[in-house]
Amino acid sequence: MAKTQDTAALSIRQVKAFLDITDVTCPLTFVKAQAALEELEAGQVLEIRLSEGEPIQNVPHSLKDEGHKILEASLNKDGTFTLFVAKNGL
Amino acid sequence: MENLDINTLKKGGFMRQIQKGCFSVRLRTVAGEIKAEQLLKISEIAQEFGHGYIHLTARQGIEIPFIHQNDFAAVKRKLAEAGLEPGVCGPRVRTVTACQGDAICPSGLIDTTALAKELDARYFGLDLPHKLKFGVTGCAHNCLKAEENDVGIRGGFRPCWLEEPCSFCSLCEQVCPAKAIAVDKKRRRLSFREDACTYCGKCAKSCPTGAWQGNSGYLVFVGGLFGNRTAIGRQVLPIISDQDKLFQVIDSVIKFYEQTAKPGERLRATLERVGWDVLQEACQDDEVIAGDREQAVI
Repeated sequence: MAKTQDTAALSIRQVKAFLDITDVTCPLTFVKAQAALEELEAGQVLEIRLSEGEPIQNVPHSLKDEGHKILEASLNKDGTFTLFVAKNGL
Repeated sequence: MENLDINTLKKGGFMRQIQKGCFSVRLRTVAGEIKAEQLLKISEIAQEFGHGYIHLTARQGIEIPFIHQNDFAAVKRKLAEAGLEPGVCGPRVRTVTACQGDAICPSGLIDTTALAKELDARYFGLDLPHKLKFGVTGCAHNCLKAEENDVGIRGGFRPCWLEEPCSFCSLCEQVCPAKAIAVDKKRRRLSFREDACTYCGKCAKSCPTGAWQGNSGYLVFVGGLFGNRTAIGRQVLPIISDQDKLFQVIDSVIKFYEQTAKPGERLRATLERVGWDVLQEACQDDEVIAGDREQAVI
């Protein structure tokens, strides 16, 4: 499992793109995340900033269903969340 | 048709209209699912015998208004051609409603449609002291609103955390609506309080590494009302893990209602009159929740 951690840490440092979806609501949150991931190569990492409530409840779950891997999730001081997602990482 | 007995007709789902001789024919539906060819037959009947439209009922049913009493036999025969039959009204088990559940919905935790069909097969039309409504919802989103029903069932997920696959990303902590999970990323520790868990399953659904395992189960709510009086059903038993046990519980609830209720008394009123603990004890006497008693939630 330590290997998985190293891979995750390495990947997060190699963030390829950033997406802020705090200004849109469901289902646009997921649609925008999907569109942003389409621009990336498999394995590349997208950093997503999203709001509490429905977005954090649903977007990670939907990304997982599409085969993308959440490397890390964290709560920001302003109440938003940050996700690091590896494209096709599952 | 001569010697019309309204009670018999109501039992058979023929709802008297204000227009003399006309009835709104309620169909037996389960989980709000109707086959395409059945829709065609319903359409034919509505055009031939009714006024060319149907009414969608509040509980996922269909009624065909303006059926004249002289056409009952013909309408019943036509319905039967498509595997349809009239529904029920009056003091008995009514239409069993359900959301689409885990066969369709990404959020679903149980097969609501299959469960609703089993409930319908076992209890539909059963005569009771008053009406009794079953509703089945697949998850904590509660689209089918389990607690509005006399007996509501909600799919749940009883989670179990595995340390080895966990990457301590903390996503589960962020998505948990009950704040039952706390992750310490630096120390690589996780704490989970089951007493706070609502069995929504969001931890497992979102976990990227499969560190949240567990089993789906059933949460049973009893005593809901949403008519002349509104009251939210209560969860009187802990989460139930298997379907056989679920049906034992439901059998116990029905037996309690049959034996305890006054004629014309809804389950809620019976529970308030004799005490909720009497139902809990009745279920325990039937040994349906052996081993899980200490978790009883009221």
